[in-house]
Amino acid sequence: MAASGTFADAGADLELVGLHKRFPGFTAIESLDLTIPAGSFFALLGPSGCGKTTTLRLVAGLEQPTSGRILIGGKDVTDVKPFRRPVNTVFQSYALFPHMTVLENVAFGLKRRRIADPVAKAHEALQLVELDHLALRKPAQLSGGQQQRVALARAIVNRPALLLLDEPLGALDLKLRRQMQLELKTIQGEVGLTFLHVTHDQEEAMTMADTVAVMNKGEIEQMGSPEELYELPRTAFVANFLGQSNLFTGQVVSESGDLIVVDVAGVKVAVPKERAQRHRGAVTIGVRPEKLLLHSTAPVAEAGVNTLGPGRVIDVSFSGVSTQYTVAIPGIGDLVVFAQNMVFGPVVNLGAEVWVSWHAEHGFGLADEVLDAGEKFAADTSTGSIAQRTKEELLEELGEA
Amino acid sequence: MAFAAFGGGAAAATAEPAPLRRGWIAIGLLAPGLAYLLLFFLAPLVSLVVTSLQVAPEGAAKGEYVPGFEWANYANAIASYWPHILRSFGYAITATLFALIIGYPIAYFIGVTARKWPLIQALSLTLVIAPFFISFLLRTLAWKQILGDNSWIAQTLHGLGWLPADQNIVGTPFSVIFGLTYNFIPFMVLPIYASLERLDRRYLEAGSDLYASPATTFWKVTLPLSMPGVVSGTLLTFIPAAGDYINASPIYLGSIQTAMVGNVIDRTFLESQEYPIAAALSVLLMGIILIIVSIYVRRSGTEDLL
Repeated sequence: MAASGTFADAGADLELVGLHKRFPGFTAIESLDLTIPAGSFFALLGPSGCGKTTTLRLVAGLEQPTSGRILIGGKDVTDVKPFRRPVNTVFQSYALFPHMTVLENVAFGLKRRRIADPVAKAHEALQLVELDHLALRKPAQLSGGQQQRVALARAIVNRPALLLLDEPLGALDLKLRRQMQLELKTIQGEVGLTFLHVTHDQEEAMTMADTVAVMNKGEIEQMGSPEELYELPRTAFVANFLGQSNLFTGQVVSESGDLIVVDVAGVKVAVPKERAQRHRGAVTIGVRPEKLLLHSTAPVAEAGVNTLGPGRVIDVSFSGVSTQYTVAIPGIGDLVVFAQNMVFGPVVNLGAEVWVSWHAEHGFGLADEVLDAGEKFAADTSTGSIAQRTKEELLEELGEA
Repeated sequence: MAFAAFGGGAAAATAEPAPLRRGWIAIGLLAPGLAYLLLFFLAPLVSLVVTSLQVAPEGAAKGEYVPGFEWANYANAIASYWPHILRSFGYAITATLFALIIGYPIAYFIGVTARKWPLIQALSLTLVIAPFFISFLLRTLAWKQILGDNSWIAQTLHGLGWLPADQNIVGTPFSVIFGLTYNFIPFMVLPIYASLERLDRRYLEAGSDLYASPATTFWKVTLPLSMPGVVSGTLLTFIPAAGDYINASPIYLGSIQTAMVGNVIDRTFLESQEYPIAAALSVLLMGIILIIVSIYVRRSGTEDLL
């Protein structure tokens, strides 16, 4: 298919069946079953070391799976050599050939497949990434962002049935990254290719992909549309990795109609039954920080509204559109609250006594086992630390930009 | 700060402005090297050129020459010894090609394939360098024994009828080129190894991702990226091989029929004492090597590396 001298007409399905990859000393991918429909923009999201890059390399053929099959467009390519697969990769390290000009780099794949008029097509691809004026330079003469765009052009120009993107926008500054995200999305729509995008940047995954799969420790934790994953995370890992969450643990004390009621350190908190994965015993429930409301006086108890408090504001950090408050509630712990800056200055000040409330329908219940019922915060320390590390990486990246 | 040691402390610090002082320090550091080049390279070179133009006065004894401008020495040298000059470059180019063909895979194995096993990598490198522990002359002499008429190699070839009974191995162009190749392989392997060792495997992955078969990836990516090593390796082999007079000497692996320019210079200088001819041949050898090398470097440095 790849060596035929013509472009793929459309994107192809990618199907991973029982994929398992062991390296000496550790297992990178436990057991992966995944179907990515043709023409979709699929993001594999996870922290470093979760197996997402290995998955990509398996699909590209740069690694051999220990067991399992890989099907592209219904054809089993597990034993097909990488240079015969209808797949192109945008490498994280760009891997631009340093001895060739930008133009030669982009035309490389076309020439190998003997596609007619490779130079003109390479120029077109360079125009797409707005770098045609640098076509005769060597990669070393370009900035990191420009190199990344060349790497992108070098892959897209081949119109592969499946395009693999390995953190392709990592080196770009925030503004250029946004621009490239939109551009990639446009290209994908125009060409109708299947994109498999691997990233640790949850925001990037959410803005670009139709479907996001969150990966952790070699397995997919949850898969769905970005809204679905954000609004209804199924595990503590997803709840913490994709945005921020306030999580509580407690025993389910009663079920009333559509709600289950959880006893969180003596306070009754209601969660919709259909948004909870577990309905009895010790459970972890959560709510997103922007769903919380701050009150400076004890709110009147109301059906369908959960209230916690009083607590103290221990941190206020202003970030433009919103302000992030950290509220310490005795017996429960620290809660994060995002409030829109609809008025000047903070709504409440540091040290103020506040109550926190949210509509019960905004809560969610997680599938994680609660191992230690005595612990107030269910956050798995290892996954929490991974999420924290990712966040720090992101901040560092933004700092550089 | 480091300059304080040369500047003689506070007294020097007040004297001159910094750039000037630094200029003197640079000259001071360069002086020994410059003196060396002047004394041991430039002066002998001038002496060589002057000798090559010397002329024998009327009725002079053997080896008696006076300064002059006898350009005919060059014409005579070429007229008498052009077959040796051609042979030298023919042998040197052939030996360089063989050394490249044999050396590149060795360098690739040590620099790329053996990366996963540092012990094997270190061991192979040691093996490449190991011959240097024994004198170049001794090793060449050893080959004369190994390939000699009474050796089992020659006996076997004679016995099988693959080599005519009156034909030897030693003293033929084969044995001379063999000796040159053998002796210069480490000089080919080491620079190629040095450039392949830095080769980023991700370029190879990118090649295979872009529909290039392993062979195409080698020709389009690996080889061009290792060109600096190939260029220095071939130069380190070709230049000394062209001027070599050990391998081609009858005492070692050669015979009168395989004499190279080096052997002719050796003979005209030490035996027949025709100093101007020997000097002219030396200048010619240097000049031709310089021309070949500059064409080669220019071609490989620009066109092939692109």
